[in-house]
Amino acid sequence: MNEFLFVVVPYVCLTTFVVGHVWRYRYDKFGWTTRSSQLYENRLLRIGSPLFHFGMLGVVGGHVIGLLIPQSWTDAVGISHTAYHVVAVGGGLLAGIAAVVGMVILIYRRRTVGPVFSATTVMDKVMYAFLAAAIVLGMWNTIAGSILTIGGEYNYREGVSVWYRSFLAFQPDADLMGEAPLGFQLHALVAFALFALWPFTRLVHVFSAPLGYLTRPYIVYRSRDDQGLGSHRPRRGWDRVG
Amino acid sequence: MRVMAQMAMVMNLDKCIGCHTCSVTCKQAWTNRTGTEYIWFNNVETRPGLGYPRTYEDQEKWKGGWELNKRGRLALKGGGRFKKLATIFSNPKLPSIGEYYEPWTYDYSTLTDAPAQEHTPVARPKSLISGKDMKIEWSANWDDDLGGSTATAHLDPMLKKIGDKVKFEFEQTFMFYLPRICEHCLNPSCAASCPSGAIYKREEDGIVLVDQEKCRGWRMCVSGCPYKKIYFNHKTGKAEKCTFCFPRIEVGLPTVCSETCVGRLRYIGLMLYDADKVLEAASTTDDQGLYEAQREVFLDPFDPEVMAEAEKAGIARDWIDAAQRSPIYALINTFKVALPLHPEYRTMPMVWYIPPLSPVVDVVQETGEDAEDKGNLFAAIDALRIPIEYLAELFTAGDVEPVDGVLKKLAAMRCYMRDINMGREPDGSIPAAVGMSEEEMYDMYRLLAIAKYDERYVIPPAHAEQAHALEELATECAVQDYGGGQQDLFGEGSGMPTPLAVENFQALKDRQTSDTLASPADKSGRVNLLNWDGKGTPSGLFPPQERDS
Repeated sequence: MNEFLFVVVPYVCLTTFVVGHVWRYRYDKFGWTTRSSQLYENRLLRIGSPLFHFGMLGVVGGHVIGLLIPQSWTDAVGISHTAYHVVAVGGGLLAGIAAVVGMVILIYRRRTVGPVFSATTVMDKVMYAFLAAAIVLGMWNTIAGSILTIGGEYNYREGVSVWYRSFLAFQPDADLMGEAPLGFQLHALVAFALFALWPFTRLVHVFSAPLGYLTRPYIVYRSRDDQGLGSHRPRRGWDRVG
Repeated sequence: MRVMAQMAMVMNLDKCIGCHTCSVTCKQAWTNRTGTEYIWFNNVETRPGLGYPRTYEDQEKWKGGWELNKRGRLALKGGGRFKKLATIFSNPKLPSIGEYYEPWTYDYSTLTDAPAQEHTPVARPKSLISGKDMKIEWSANWDDDLGGSTATAHLDPMLKKIGDKVKFEFEQTFMFYLPRICEHCLNPSCAASCPSGAIYKREEDGIVLVDQEKCRGWRMCVSGCPYKKIYFNHKTGKAEKCTFCFPRIEVGLPTVCSETCVGRLRYIGLMLYDADKVLEAASTTDDQGLYEAQREVFLDPFDPEVMAEAEKAGIARDWIDAAQRSPIYALINTFKVALPLHPEYRTMPMVWYIPPLSPVVDVVQETGEDAEDKGNLFAAIDALRIPIEYLAELFTAGDVEPVDGVLKKLAAMRCYMRDINMGREPDGSIPAAVGMSEEEMYDMYRLLAIAKYDERYVIPPAHAEQAHALEELATECAVQDYGGGQQDLFGEGSGMPTPLAVENFQALKDRQTSDTLASPADKSGRVNLLNWDGKGTPSGLFPPQERDS
C-alpha cells in the first residue's frame, strides 16, 4: 500500500505535471494567463491577493528549505534543533496565516461577487478545493504537529524530507512516508494531486513570473517576419524528403 | 542616424460631426466578441467632457505615461520595474469596469413574447457582465454633445487645469469632438510597462501590437498607457488594443475607422524618424517644449542623406516615395497645422490633430459679424481665450502659441479661399499674415478640403515577396493549422487563435441569436468551418432543429 501511495501515485502525478506543462505550453499559449478578475472587483482583491500570494511565496520558500536541505547540513553548520524549529515554525506560521487569510478573502470574494463567480470555471472550483485542502492540512501539520504536538512529536526532517529527497533521486523509500503521521501523509497526497491538476488550471501562471522584465529593454521591437507574429506562423513551403 | 518608418494618422477636428461611425464600424470589425463588450478601440469624445474611461487624462490619479525623475531622466510615472513586480498581485492603478462602463443589452424577448396586456411590455437592461438587471448610469459617450455636462463637466481634468473660467451655461459654451484611437507612440509606455514583454512595436511600420500568445494578463499596460487605449479582455484574460487595422494597412488599405469616416477627416501616411533621437526628445525638460522636440525627431524624406540612410536601414524605395507624398508629413512639418495629443505624457504619440476653428467661427457668426473675414476671425481668436487655452491643454501641454498659430492659419485659409471662390482677386496679404505664400495656402486648402482618397491615404503596401507572412494574403493556410481538435479545453477562445482573415461568422451569429445575455452559456459553442471535414454535425454548426417541423 505504501508503495502505491508514496511511490506510484507521486511519480504518476509528477509525470502529469511535467508532460502536461509541455503539452499546454505547446498547444495553448493563448489560454496561458492569470485570468484576472480585478476588472470586476478591486476592494477585496487589493487586500486578499497580495496577502495570499506573498504568503504562498513564503510557504513555498519554507518547503524548499525544509524538504531539500538535509538535517545533517544544518547540524554541521551548528544550528541547533531548537533554533531551527523556532525559526521554521515561526516563519511558517506567519506565511501560512497570511496565505490562509488571503485565501479565505479570495474564496469569499469569488463566491459572493456576482461577476467573479460567473467567471469561475469548473476547473477553477476543483483546483480551489485541492489547493485549500493542501493549505489547511499544511497548517494543521504546523499547528497540531509542531506546536501542540498532538499524537506525539514527529521530526519531519528525519522522515518526510528524507523520503522526498529519495523520491527526487528516483530511489524512493516508501516506508519513511508510511511511518509519518496521517496529517503529513494526506498533505503530501493532496499536494501531489494538485501537481497533477496544475497544468490544466490557471495555476500555470506561476511559471510566467516575469523575472525577465528586470533585464529586458523597456521598448520591444519586433519584425513582421519574426516567427509567431500575427495569428499563424508561415510554414515551410516544402515537405521533408524521406 | 537610425531611420525608421512609422505609420501615422492626422485627424482634422473641424470636420468631425460626432456621428460615431468610426467607433461603430471599428467595434463591428474588432471588438464584437464576448469579453470585449466594453472595449472601444476607437471612441469619439465630446470635449469639454470626461472622456472614456472617465477622467483618463488625470495622470496624478492614474499615473500613466512617462515623467522626468529627480535626476532628470525619463521614468515610468507608475513606477519602474521593481515597483511593477512588487505590485503584480493587485494592480493599484487599474480602472474598474465602472470607470469605463458596465456593458449591457436589453431583454428584447419580453417585447415579442409578452402576452396581450394592458400595458406595453418593457425591454429591461441586462448587464453583460453579470447577466442581471442593471441600472444604466454611465457609458462610453455618456456626456455626448455636452449631455448632462452641468453635472459632470467640471470634473474634466483639462478644464480643471485652466481654472474655473468656463461656465456651463448654454449661451457661453463651446464644444467639439475628439475621436481617439491608439496613438502608436514612438516611445510607448504600455510596452515599457508590460512585465511579459508581449507588447511590441513593429520595426517595419511602427504599429504597436500585443502578442496574444505572450500576454499573461498582468494588466500593467492598462495602467501604463496614459491614453487608456489598452483594454483587458475579461473573458480571455489578455490585453487587447487598436491594431491600426494592420491586416488592411499591409495590403495598402486605410484603417476601418478612416475608410468609413463620413467627414473624411482622417489622413494616413508614413513618417520617417530618427530612432536614436526619440529618448532625448522624450526627456525634454520643459513640457511645452515636447511638441517641438517631437517634430525634431522626424526626418525630411526629401533630404538625400536621409534617403540614403533609409535605404541602408532596409526601407524599400517605394516606402521612401510614400513618405515623400505623405499627407501626415505635409500637415505636421510643411504646413504645421497638426498637433500631438497630450505631448506632456512623453510617449511621443503618432496620431495628431488639427485643432478645430469651429468654436471660434460659431461665436463670430452668433454676433452677426462676417465669420469669413480675416479681421473678425483673428480678433476672435485673440479674444476667445477659454477655448484656445482648452485646446492648448489638449495639444501643446498648455502652450497657447502653437494653437493660436494653427487657428490663424485655418482662419486665413477660410478668408483667402472665399475671395477665390467668389471670383474676386485673391488677397496675397492674407497668407502673408500667417507666414505662408499664396501657393502654399492653396496647397493646404487642397489637402484639407478636397484631397481625394489616394491623397488622404498614402499607404505603401507591404511587399509581395513577403506575402506568405501577411495576414490577408496568406496563401498557405493548411487546414490543420487552424487549431487541433481540442481547442476549448480551457474556456472560451483557447487553443490556437482564429486567423484574422477568417471572420468568425458563426461566433457572431451565435451570440446574436443565443438566448443567454452575458455570453454563450456553452462556452465551447464555436465551430471553425476550416476544421470541419464535412462529416457529422458538430454542435453549433447548424441552428437547432425544430422538432415539430
